[in-house]
Amino acid sequence: MKVMKEKHALLMRWTHWINFPVLALMIWSGLLIYWANDVYTITLGGHTLIRFFPDWFYQLLHVPQRLAEGMAFHFLFMWFFMLNGLLYVLYTVFSGAWRQLLPNRQSFKEAWLVLLHDLHIRKTVPPQNKYNAAQRIAYTAIIIMGIGSVATGLAIYKPVQLYWLCWLCGGYHFARILHFALTIGYVLFFVIHVVQVMLAGWNNFRSVISGFEVEERSFDHLKTGDHATKK
Amino acid sequence: MQRRNKPGLTVQQKINRRNFISFTTFFVVGGALFGSWKWLYNAPEETPGITAGASKPLRRALNKTELFFRRIFSNNHPVKTYPKRMAAKQVRVNGDIGIDDTGFNPQSWQLAVIKSPKETLQISLDEIRSLPKSELVFDFKCVEGWDQIQHWAGVKFSDFIAHYGLQKQAGMQYVGMATPNEEYYIGLDMASALHPQTLLAYEMNEQPLLPEHGAPLRLIIPVKYGIKNLKRIGTISFSNERPPDYWAEQGYDYYSGL
Repeated sequence: MKVMKEKHALLMRWTHWINFPVLALMIWSGLLIYWANDVYTITLGGHTLIRFFPDWFYQLLHVPQRLAEGMAFHFLFMWFFMLNGLLYVLYTVFSGAWRQLLPNRQSFKEAWLVLLHDLHIRKTVPPQNKYNAAQRIAYTAIIIMGIGSVATGLAIYKPVQLYWLCWLCGGYHFARILHFALTIGYVLFFVIHVVQVMLAGWNNFRSVISGFEVEERSFDHLKTGDHATKK
Repeated sequence: MQRRNKPGLTVQQKINRRNFISFTTFFVVGGALFGSWKWLYNAPEETPGITAGASKPLRRALNKTELFFRRIFSNNHPVKTYPKRMAAKQVRVNGDIGIDDTGFNPQSWQLAVIKSPKETLQISLDEIRSLPKSELVFDFKCVEGWDQIQHWAGVKFSDFIAHYGLQKQAGMQYVGMATPNEEYYIGLDMASALHPQTLLAYEMNEQPLLPEHGAPLRLIIPVKYGIKNLKRIGTISFSNERPPDYWAEQGYDYYSGL
């Protein structure tokens, strides 16, 4: 028979789904800002492999000449991004949910097994629990990245008033690079995350909206033996 | 959730019930958020005044955010300084708004300081050069996102105020500065203007300013983006209202503080 198994707390679900559009808007408005000085590339041996970003990309998203607008949106939605993230972190800390989330001693070894399994190289299923080792690492990393984005963002937003933070982030120039790199990191995370969610299926996806998963459980063993007769 | 379920419900009914509640909430809230975004994105533009070019809600947000970050402003937060050898030899020129007219004569230039509607000081460059000189090597930051370590020298604005007995004027809320042709103009909150590293600069890399860098006298204010670092200052005025500001009329934040 079917059994409902509680998986994700209400607050985790709300902050997750609030974060999605807010982060999307932060990335979009950040792009409007970045365009005004779009100097970053990935260069190897004097050969430019990737230029951030090619013109067709800007044209597609209507990015050019919108610096002022981008800043205005960015400095509005930063509040929602920070407060929503703070709420999630506080919840995770005080509810004890961090125990299922933070990587532990086995996680880094196990994450390798998860990777091999996901790539269909290894048949054995690694321990899953609520989050498997790779998920623990990924979901903890994304929170650290979020904190990093807030820190580097504030460092380039108020580099004089928050000089200590700017120093901590490696100075103004480097902090802007970090801030950009973290954003690329989110996009990569997003792609993998969505693919994994699609592979995991409906039951898993639903649990991030409804909070529970449905399990098929057999209770046949209860119908025979002492247990059944006592009733 | 469980507690509110009627005892008679089967597991499947419970599942359906929770799904219905959760997904309805998800789509209703999602739709409302999307609607709010549409509203914000298409909100009408502010009435042009001291600020212009931004939508009404975004301008409101910029002004509110300014109030928050003004609380952490302090004269005890200096901009990081660098050794002179790190200063750029080729100093970036990013614009010539307000200094692109051909008729300007630096020899006859004088700085006009409007003390009151009735009294204006006319100050020559020689007089300004005779005041205590301060040097500053710092990372100049443009609103576009680039930065460059640059070496400037001039008189601290706070020293200038003290020397010309402008304490009463400095008690007001804002300073306004404009180029001689009044085509580029900026407004500064007084606290930022009086920051100990704010300079009326007449030298760059130990040489007199070049025309494209704002000769004969320009503002260097490290607690603001480059857009506030006015080149070729013609007039300085004081006010309790925000003075006109070129880029604040183009949708940028009035404060633009760092």
